Amino acid sequence: MDGPTLLVGLAGVLATSAPIAVASIGESLAERSGVINLSVNGTILLSAMGSFAVAVTTGSLVLGFILGAIIGAVVALLVAFGSITLRRSQVAVGFVLTLFCRDLSYFLGNPFMGDKGPRLAEHGIPLLQRIPILGTLIFKHDVMTYFSFVLIIVAWWWVYRTRPGLTLRAIGERPEAAFARGARVNLLRYTYTVVGGALVGLAGPMYSLSVKAGWKGTISGLDGLGWIVLAIVIFGAWNPVRVAFGAYLFGLLQWLSVVLQPSLQGIPSQVLQVAPFPLMILTLLFVNVGNAEWVDRILASLPEASRKRVAKILRSLRVVQPRSLGVPFEPD
Amino acid sequence: MEVQVKQIRKHFGPVKANDGITLSVPAGAIVGILGENGAGKSTLMKILSGFQPADSGEILLDGKAVTLRSPADAIRHGVGMLHQDPLDFPPMRVVDNLLIGAPGRLIPRRGDAAQAVADLAGPLGLTLDLKAEVGSLTVGERQQLELLRLLWLGARVLILDEPTTGISATQREQLFGTLRRLAEQGKTVLFVSHKLEEVQELCTRVAVLRQGRLIGEALPPFRVDKLVSMMFEREVTPGERLSCATGDTLFRLTDVSAEQGRIKLDPFSMDIHRGETIGLAGMEGSGQAVFLRSCAGLVATTGGRIQLEDVDLTGKNYHHFKKKGVAYVPAARLEEGLIPGLSITEHVLLTQHKPGFFIDRESGRKLAQQRIGDYNIKGTPASPVESLSGGNQQRTLLALVRPGAKVMLLEQPTRGLDIESVIYLWTKLKERCNDGGSIVFTSSDLDELLRYSDRILVFFAGKVSGPLDAKTTTVDQLGYLIGGRDISGTGIFDETDPVQEGGLDG
Repeated sequence: MDGPTLLVGLAGVLATSAPIAVASIGESLAERSGVINLSVNGTILLSAMGSFAVAVTTGSLVLGFILGAIIGAVVALLVAFGSITLRRSQVAVGFVLTLFCRDLSYFLGNPFMGDKGPRLAEHGIPLLQRIPILGTLIFKHDVMTYFSFVLIIVAWWWVYRTRPGLTLRAIGERPEAAFARGARVNLLRYTYTVVGGALVGLAGPMYSLSVKAGWKGTISGLDGLGWIVLAIVIFGAWNPVRVAFGAYLFGLLQWLSVVLQPSLQGIPSQVLQVAPFPLMILTLLFVNVGNAEWVDRILASLPEASRKRVAKILRSLRVVQPRSLGVPFEPD
Repeated sequence: MEVQVKQIRKHFGPVKANDGITLSVPAGAIVGILGENGAGKSTLMKILSGFQPADSGEILLDGKAVTLRSPADAIRHGVGMLHQDPLDFPPMRVVDNLLIGAPGRLIPRRGDAAQAVADLAGPLGLTLDLKAEVGSLTVGERQQLELLRLLWLGARVLILDEPTTGISATQREQLFGTLRRLAEQGKTVLFVSHKLEEVQELCTRVAVLRQGRLIGEALPPFRVDKLVSMMFEREVTPGERLSCATGDTLFRLTDVSAEQGRIKLDPFSMDIHRGETIGLAGMEGSGQAVFLRSCAGLVATTGGRIQLEDVDLTGKNYHHFKKKGVAYVPAARLEEGLIPGLSITEHVLLTQHKPGFFIDRESGRKLAQQRIGDYNIKGTPASPVESLSGGNQQRTLLALVRPGAKVMLLEQPTRGLDIESVIYLWTKLKERCNDGGSIVFTSSDLDELLRYSDRILVFFAGKVSGPLDAKTTTVDQLGYLIGGRDISGTGIFDETDPVQEGGLDG
């Protein structure tokens, strides 16, 4: 593979990873606030289908993306209502919604199967796109890919640099302490869940109107990506930049499985197609081994000096989840 | 700031946590709020700091009636509370902890906040590493951080709940120095504690609560025996002592140390004899629960050896302990001990280790019926455990302990039970002792400890005093040890100190 081809390939990885990056950041925001929105997989499918249908019918890409965000926000609102107001299990509510949305998208999407719809065009950014290497890599994309770049930076800045971001981290960590300091915990949880859901919803049209344009029902190839999003959020420790890194890693693995196929004739292509999924799971296992209780037990039996060293390594790898993730908050 | 509360009442169900408390504290005072567990100290402090509304009553700050709707509201009025477990955010940096909840613009100026807090800290003799993560700080440092934060937000009344638990002696001195300086500046300090020595050392006055009422106030010099009797006074009903202790060692602890959360248990050795009952005394969180859990294999010991008869159990896990005959019964019956939703029969079936895949419901029902009879449980084999009363739940828990258990570790076995249940329970427990088993139990009831134990261990800040012979120990002596006073010294009952009882108007 020569240089320019490789560059275009990597630029393609950035573009195809963009929906996952956006959805993962949206989910990170919701989970940072303490709510697990497990409906991601269904939401992405439903909003992909819905946006495509609207774009085909009206010819408007903008309407398509707006509807995608709205679908995501509405589903997230249901999750928030079920878990915050009704205090039902977040897992149950999210899981049922993910199944429901998936089947709904296949059912409602039937009339639009295989239709030719509009597709988001690529817009190189003047001047910047002529920068060697970087120009091709970053400045020759469609508008939603640029959006994903901006979102990564803005979300990171919001979470780690602003006062509301500080409060966001606080309510997911120790809502009772945040409440003691005046934060309106449940209102904020609603807000972040819905905003996060809208971002997850945008991932749908980012596929159906751009990365994998069209709607092909069950063979659209979108089913399962939502679960990867949930895994990436954990892998990325709810940090937008680390999460984006996880999304790109997944995109890269997928791309490699395609590129390497000709040179790895001995391995069935199905194995390569599926490989990114178990690889992501292995990464997760490795990152979280330090959290296990039996590891603590083994560590306790080691001599003091080496115990500290091993513990330090495990700690740096370890992902510490927001302590109140999934725990309802009741001001007493 | 002058603080007054008038006729504060608060009840939780049938329990009157605060039963008409009226208290007045002048500006610049450091008031020790004394009382045993459940005396109503925490409730009163939560009401004062806006965490809970009172059912009725008035709070006046500098003579003005105020309504404190939330903790954030309280701090706006100048009342800040430092919780025993500081309400901060361990994974975040110190400076971020300061900023959470502080008013200001979108992008906080970390530098300004750091400077302001450093300016406050300097004169108080405190230093803080603002870049450190809160989780890496000691409890003492986290308290200092919280204290500075409250002062930075404008607190003029500071409430401290058991602030010296889990901090070093140096940090304690530092904290006391800080509090004295703050009092000199006219700030009011409410110091909730059960440690008499600290109250004596620090406070300029003392208020004692018991059963939700203000029992009395005192000015220095404080007379410890008076304070002890005000805190613990109760009807002492002498009962028949039952002892089946032998001289035969059953459970041997050699230099056992353990650590859980903030509580660190100092190395401790003891031989527990067959048939013996050991009582563990101490305020909640003094280490007795950790001790009990490490004896059960639930908390990994950090040193020493645990032996049951000739078997070395050191470093083994709970299931191993259990198999060898160590039974543990937790205090939280429905949370840790029983499984809500399952019936007594199902509990009995769960504890049986029979081979086979299918449940033999009929034999389970019979066994349950028999245990119900043995332990006088008011319920049927089909009763779900959560439908039983507290006493019957406790009996069920004990009925589930295998008959062959050699050591029974009981956490607060009689908490919340009526006197009849308590007596019945102990009859059953003593039967087990008669069969050669040993019992180790915790209790906050001093009379129970004295009556049913053969020997008593007193826990204070992770240190163990004793064992004391229960036959020759008095309630007062226990009270002193629980409060961290050494009774081996002289001048315990100094008769020269004046003390005022009843309402004391400042």
